[in-house]
Amino acid sequence: MAACIEDVLAKAEKDEAERLKSISVQKELDLEFDLGNLLACDKNSVDAHGLKSTKKEDFLRSLARDNTQLIINEIWKHPTERVEEVIVVKLPEATTPLPREKPPPKPKPPTKWEQFAKLKGIQKKKKTNLVWDEVHKEWRRRWGYKRAKDNTKEWLIEVPENADPNEDQFAKRNKAKKERVAKNEFNRLKNVARAQKLPIPGQGLVPTPQQSKSDLTRAISVAKVSTASAGKFQERLPHEKAPKNTGKKRKFQPLIGNFSDERQKQLDILKVMDSKKPRIDMTKAVNRQMREEDSESRSNARKGPGKKGRRGNMSGKGKGGGGKGKGKGKGPKGKPQNQRGKAGKR
Amino acid sequence: MTYTDGIVKPKTKRSKRFLQNREPKLTENIKNTMIMKGGNTTETVTQALKDIYALKKPNAVLYKKKNIMRPFEDSTSLEFFSKKSDCSLFLFGSHNKKRPNNLIFGRLFDYHVLDMIELGIEKFTSLKDIKMSKCPEGTKPMLVFAGEAFDIDNEHKRLKSVLLDFFRGPTVSTVRLAGLEHVLHFTALDGKIYMRSYKVLLKKSGCRTPRIELEEIGPSFDFVLRRTHLASDDLYKTAHKQPKALKPKKKKNVSHDAFGTKFGRVHMQKQNLDKLQTRKMKGLRKRRGEMAATEESTSPKKHKVDE
Repeated sequence: MAACIEDVLAKAEKDEAERLKSISVQKELDLEFDLGNLLACDKNSVDAHGLKSTKKEDFLRSLARDNTQLIINEIWKHPTERVEEVIVVKLPEATTPLPREKPPPKPKPPTKWEQFAKLKGIQKKKKTNLVWDEVHKEWRRRWGYKRAKDNTKEWLIEVPENADPNEDQFAKRNKAKKERVAKNEFNRLKNVARAQKLPIPGQGLVPTPQQSKSDLTRAISVAKVSTASAGKFQERLPHEKAPKNTGKKRKFQPLIGNFSDERQKQLDILKVMDSKKPRIDMTKAVNRQMREEDSESRSNARKGPGKKGRRGNMSGKGKGGGGKGKGKGKGPKGKPQNQRGKAGKR
Repeated sequence: MTYTDGIVKPKTKRSKRFLQNREPKLTENIKNTMIMKGGNTTETVTQALKDIYALKKPNAVLYKKKNIMRPFEDSTSLEFFSKKSDCSLFLFGSHNKKRPNNLIFGRLFDYHVLDMIELGIEKFTSLKDIKMSKCPEGTKPMLVFAGEAFDIDNEHKRLKSVLLDFFRGPTVSTVRLAGLEHVLHFTALDGKIYMRSYKVLLKKSGCRTPRIELEEIGPSFDFVLRRTHLASDDLYKTAHKQPKALKPKKKKNVSHDAFGTKFGRVHMQKQNLDKLQTRKMKGLRKRRGEMAATEESTSPKKHKVDE
């Protein structure tokens, strides 16, 4: 009896082993799986002899079969579920890092109003979409077509007491509406420009119907310095005051505040004082260099023209310095002058 | 207005939706692929491009006309096309005397070329040449990379990443078990890369997991590695940067041990047992004046500060 049971057990074991044999694969190194991408990496070195001895296609297929069996075994270990008569397996998250398609989205830059509201702590209030219209005795939309209290649909408007009786009140209302729309659009464009870091429209002097006194004085002062010599030779009227509020205002650091900043600044100063190297003002140095080159080339040009040909014939390379230097000086002559002009303005 | 230069404002809701779909997103769309050919191609290259298009189908664009360009010398036109068709993967096929039957696999980040790897076709069997039943369109393939070169060599590593990006298909949370019927097998051996595509046959094995048999369906390639253009480490790193919102939030005070048991940590303040209310008796009741005086000292916050 006991032997019988043992026999049965042994047979069952054997069966099990045989069954597993058909799906088990022996590999030196285990495969690496990333089931999120249904990916398997076989790091074992591929047997090059096998490729030569057997047919290439057969060899590749047997290799692929083994690897596929392993990945299928791995997938079948995961929990399955039934969704609409279909058995699906839940895949884990992909672990292999892959580059993104585009950089992560940036937060939308706030509009001028949003900035202001944040500063003042103004919060958005949700308004109901429908409001009660007393005239029509029904609920209507707050905005848009067929809105409640629609003042564009009135057939009669009372003329205000202090208004011109001949003025068209309807036209006036329409015009006001159009102005508001235009202003809103303009503000929208300004916000867009600010967000894109473009020149913001409507800054500086813009045409307005009635200019205030300060606007006018500003316009005058701007016009005066808008000459080739930046207003240096512009005449003044007898009692004219010097323009106010032009140029940079000095700004001081706060007396109390960020101590670490202050400390850093002091340390920077000390560092500069301690260092043995001289400080170089790059713009100044470059300007000086250019000026020297310019003057040199000019003096060369004055000496030059008659001798140039002969010299060039005599020595090819050694003389090249003179000839070339001259070319250099003359060629970009426009540029350095421009730059100097800029530096002067500053 | 001159200020609106470069800012496209959609005129209809539909075009707005279209533009929104192309904007950068937290979880991105599936990467699209553009498949194009250069000024000169052979039949092999054209057929190869068509076959790979068939593998990639719903997420690919096949450019039918010739586009004369050299991606390794000037990638501007490639970037232009990628912007046009919103594709961040490309496959470029060309043929010339120096580099016959040439395929360039590449990917772009933010409409700029990230990686390009040039592979020469040495042997090619088309999808059409093998008369077998094929896999349905849009099947997510299983990808297997075999050979130690994919783990050791830098270029092979990057090639693996590019190919994975190229062929992996959509990211899915679940997959139908019967739908796992396509395997792409890449073998790196002796400087060559063998790409084979098989159909999976699930056979009964006697236990739950089925036994696998494979049937070649094509296309199959024998590639050699040619020129490469790999992204600099800096760019590669920025391209991998995940936005903060996608990272899972760290849960405080919860931990797991090796067996998966969940542990919680609870923070408690010391309880003042002197002030514990035990039993209410008339004799122990506080009078009004006393209450006000004791209240300040008993508040727990203050107590903690004192300690």
